[in-house]
Amino acid sequence: MDWTWVPQYAPKLLEGLWLTLQLTFLSIVFGMMLAIPLGLVQVTGPNWLARLAFGFCTLIRGTPLLIQLWLLYFGLGSLFPSVPVIRETWLWPILREAFPFALLAFTISVAGYSGEVMRGAFQNVSKGELEAARSFGMRPFKVLKRVWAPRAIQSVLPTLVGEFIMTLKATPLAATITVFEVYGVSNSIRQNTFLVYEPLLLVAGIYLVLVLILVTVFRYIENKMPQRALR
Amino acid sequence: MTAEVERINVVDLHKHYGSLEVLKGVSLQANEGDVISMIGASGSGKSTFLRCINLLELPSAGTIKVSKEEIQFKDKLVGGNKVPKDLRQVERVRQRLAMVFQNFCLWEHMTVLQNVMEAPVHVLGLSKVEAKDKAEALLNRVGMWEKRDVYPSFMSGGQQQRVAIARALAVDPEVMLFDEPTSALDPELVNEVLMVIRDLAEEGRTMVLVTHEMRFARDVSSRVIFLHQGLIDEAGTPEQVFNNPQSERCSAFVNSIN
Repeated sequence: MDWTWVPQYAPKLLEGLWLTLQLTFLSIVFGMMLAIPLGLVQVTGPNWLARLAFGFCTLIRGTPLLIQLWLLYFGLGSLFPSVPVIRETWLWPILREAFPFALLAFTISVAGYSGEVMRGAFQNVSKGELEAARSFGMRPFKVLKRVWAPRAIQSVLPTLVGEFIMTLKATPLAATITVFEVYGVSNSIRQNTFLVYEPLLLVAGIYLVLVLILVTVFRYIENKMPQRALR
Repeated sequence: MTAEVERINVVDLHKHYGSLEVLKGVSLQANEGDVISMIGASGSGKSTFLRCINLLELPSAGTIKVSKEEIQFKDKLVGGNKVPKDLRQVERVRQRLAMVFQNFCLWEHMTVLQNVMEAPVHVLGLSKVEAKDKAEALLNRVGMWEKRDVYPSFMSGGQQQRVAIARALAVDPEVMLFDEPTSALDPELVNEVLMVIRDLAEEGRTMVLVTHEMRFARDVSSRVIFLHQGLIDEAGTPEQVFNNPQSERCSAFVNSIN
């Protein structure tokens, strides 16, 4: 095996790694910000909003991420340059780039999958605990913030971590729309060096390490939370 | 003679679920220091009545006053229920009541101490330091101070219920509502909870208690109400209700339990 290329391409790989981390982290954060209301309205209603949320989750979960990504980038993304007004606004430097489209696609993907997880989570929080909060005169938003959401997230944290890992491992798809995250970089290394396996092995190792870090961080958070006693 | 301070005044409360009428016009008045026990068979409506007082259940008809403040309802019924006009008023009224539930309903993601501090800090706006001192004193009182950093799911039902009582006391309620506080407990754990409640009754707390513990109800209550199929069948002092009931049903019920 030939690893002599590593020092030469290390800076590029680090840049790619940075992009991977940004894409994963930001899409998880923004995705969860959407997933919580998406799950919540499916439990609380109103009915029309619940249907809308359910429809969104079904649409996102029912279609391949790669196609969503391409539709956003090659479809929606190609519309913007044809509107001259957009070229004059502050939005243009953002819409010109591929990264925002990748971030958008991954964000709605996290939102769709985790929204469905959160629906079940909100539904399963014991009604009594919510009633207890209300019985003390807690306002609805505070009940959500202090009891409902923490209890819901706590109960599905392991499931959510699974979703996050899937998200991280799906980030190579972004390379197909010219976002040169770590897999994209390895691809260009393969083209330049004519090496087939080594760059792939390295990049697989990098993902493995990232997943291990993710798991460790969430294991730590889980352990900070109360465990259910064995009964 | 001191003037009676009215705490709870419920008049002609009705509640139905669809065509099933659970409460058919129940009234109750509790003054400062009263301990009122509600007894009756399962399905007689006593828990529903209690839960209507703090509007965990919405009544179908009737009026509810807590410390003379009448809860305002909209004119139109929604799904057969009266709907409060002003949620802020409901929250304000609830802050003066505190409920102890059959299944404890402690918040499982919080420690014992956090459970007791929660409402004082996040509803009443007490400082954390103040709330902590108070919570520790209350936990000490119910014998749960040593467990203050434990999560509820690690404790026995009796311990959880004692914490739930401390949590209720922490908001300095004008009235405490007990909804079958010992029904979910193993028999050997019932007494430790009853002892705490008895202690509260003796210090003159106003409380309304739904219970199946007849001997306890007889000992601590100033008034006992026997509900049967959504109506008050018998009401009076414990002596009247337990020793000399006018209604046959009440007589049969009290005797069958004893």
